[in-house]
Amino acid sequence: MNSLVLRNMMRFLASLLLVASVFLLWRGHNEPGGGFAGGLMAASAFVLHALALGPAGARRALRVPPLFLIATGLGTALLAALIGVIAGDPILTGHWVTLDTPGAERLKVGTPLLFDTGVYLVVVGVVLNIILPLMEDE
Amino acid sequence: MSGLVALPLVVMLASSIVALACLRYRRIQEAIALTGMVALVVAAGWLLAETWDGQILVLQAANWPAPFGITLVADLFASIMVMLAAIVGLTATMYSVGTIDADRERYGYYPLMNILVLGVCGAFLTGDLFNLYVWFEVLLVASFVIMALGGGRPQMEGALKYVALNLVSSVLFLSGVGLLYAATGTLNMADLSLRVAEAEADGYMTAVAMLFLTAFGIKAAMFPLFFWLPASYHTAPAPVAALFAGLLTKVGVYALIRVFTLIFTTDVGYTHTIILWLSVATMVTGVLGAVSHNDVKRILSFHIISQIGYMTLGLALFTPLALAGSIFYIGHHIIVKTNLFFVAGVIRRLGGTYELAHLGGLARSRPALAVLFFIPAFSLGGIPPLSGFFAKFVLVRAAADEREFVVLAFALGVGLLTLLSMTKIFVEAFLKPAPDGPPEPAAGAGFWHYTPIAGLAALTLVLGFAAEPFLSAATEAADQLMEPGRYITAVLGEPQ
Repeated sequence: MNSLVLRNMMRFLASLLLVASVFLLWRGHNEPGGGFAGGLMAASAFVLHALALGPAGARRALRVPPLFLIATGLGTALLAALIGVIAGDPILTGHWVTLDTPGAERLKVGTPLLFDTGVYLVVVGVVLNIILPLMEDE
Repeated sequence: MSGLVALPLVVMLASSIVALACLRYRRIQEAIALTGMVALVVAAGWLLAETWDGQILVLQAANWPAPFGITLVADLFASIMVMLAAIVGLTATMYSVGTIDADRERYGYYPLMNILVLGVCGAFLTGDLFNLYVWFEVLLVASFVIMALGGGRPQMEGALKYVALNLVSSVLFLSGVGLLYAATGTLNMADLSLRVAEAEADGYMTAVAMLFLTAFGIKAAMFPLFFWLPASYHTAPAPVAALFAGLLTKVGVYALIRVFTLIFTTDVGYTHTIILWLSVATMVTGVLGAVSHNDVKRILSFHIISQIGYMTLGLALFTPLALAGSIFYIGHHIIVKTNLFFVAGVIRRLGGTYELAHLGGLARSRPALAVLFFIPAFSLGGIPPLSGFFAKFVLVRAAADEREFVVLAFALGVGLLTLLSMTKIFVEAFLKPAPDGPPEPAAGAGFWHYTPIAGLAALTLVLGFAAEPFLSAATEAADQLMEPGRYITAVLGEPQ
């Protein structure tokens, strides 16, 4: 597809989608959203990039092969599952640390978020691993 | 030691991740897959040692108490199955190193194998019905890809039938889970066991039980829903066919035994009688299909169906002895059937074909292979003192105890026909003089082919000549299944 409008809008839209996907991942802990929905949205940002500038450009923008994202994501999720074991609890048990932020709120970060980040990476990797080769086939 | 229950799953997931990260380096990938499988055998052995004396290990994942969270349970039956899965996984990976081409490896053959075995182990270890569905999907998705990977038209066609039938089965399974949840409000199997027993006997639970029977019956390739198996298994490469033949249908049998001993035991006179006659029909149709074919892999595929009938027969008779027979039969069958598919692969590599008419003379040129085929083949046929004899003996004895003499006659007759078709392969491929020239250049077989075959043949001999400890373990596992109270107490704690 060769459209001037799409090419120029893409940078703006793709960055917006990526920011929104991280927001979805973040709020997913207690509200609708999460790693799966966020991952799909992030993948759609790269698909938009591929539509505007071709799949090769999207691969360059991604910097790492999609398969690497799948492996990293699975590894992150496994790590999140095992942190509880190191602390002597059953597998997948959640652990949290509270961080003091410069603002007024104290930030609670835990293994469920780490697990969701793993899911996020796996979803981005799987979706792009399916869609980019299909676009390259054309 | 309850954390041990998750160890096989963690090992398999870890090795699949590392293998995926090293996808481009063939040799490293193979080394990782082999290391992962060895580690799985060690983990499974540890788990088996901990549960050998009848202890039931329970792990509440994420520390959510049952019945609210997902529970992993390793009773003796589950531990035995995980051990068998580990053995098949290791031998199939070894055989793959000598067989699988670079293309398949580049597209993730080894990580998928690990994920497949992960799904199988998860299905054996879970104590939650919906989680069982999830593990089924994990193993099915991995098996779909392995089945279709790198194949031409016939393999694609086989994979399509496999996918279609298994998706139907998954839908039925999921509907059953939904109906059960609607009626009882729980998915924990131990909790379900209590709630289903309390439910009114108005046919609702029996209908749900039949849904589960159909769903798992398809996955186990029971009569009349077995036709996808011979249509698909023979198209895959030898190690894939061996892994599928040895392991995957047995996951269906495991699930049947689990739900029909733990959950659906309120109307045994009805449900288990249906299973009984389905088992007989499965045995008979399977063996008749095998007798009528002349292609080694197809013969072996039909024999899987026939043998599934024996395994579910023990469940249908529903006595401790019969279930012990089923469990011993599953162990014997997994080892023997995997090995027969390996040998069939070697026959194909040496003779260039699976067609019996074009094979011959292998006993003279490869006497060692003839011995290695003889052991599993005649064990399958039930010749004493090989493992198949004890497996059949226990089941026949249990049928006699229940005075099911018609069933007994069928079991013996099917055994004879099994022996007949094993003899047919032995005579045609090994004893008769070689036909003029192989149809295509032979590929040869080496260390990675003979080592798993010899290892499994040795296991068959051990199961036969030293059957006693294995039979007593099967009896203990069957006792646990027949008294669900122990399982329920282990999961939910002492009743208040």
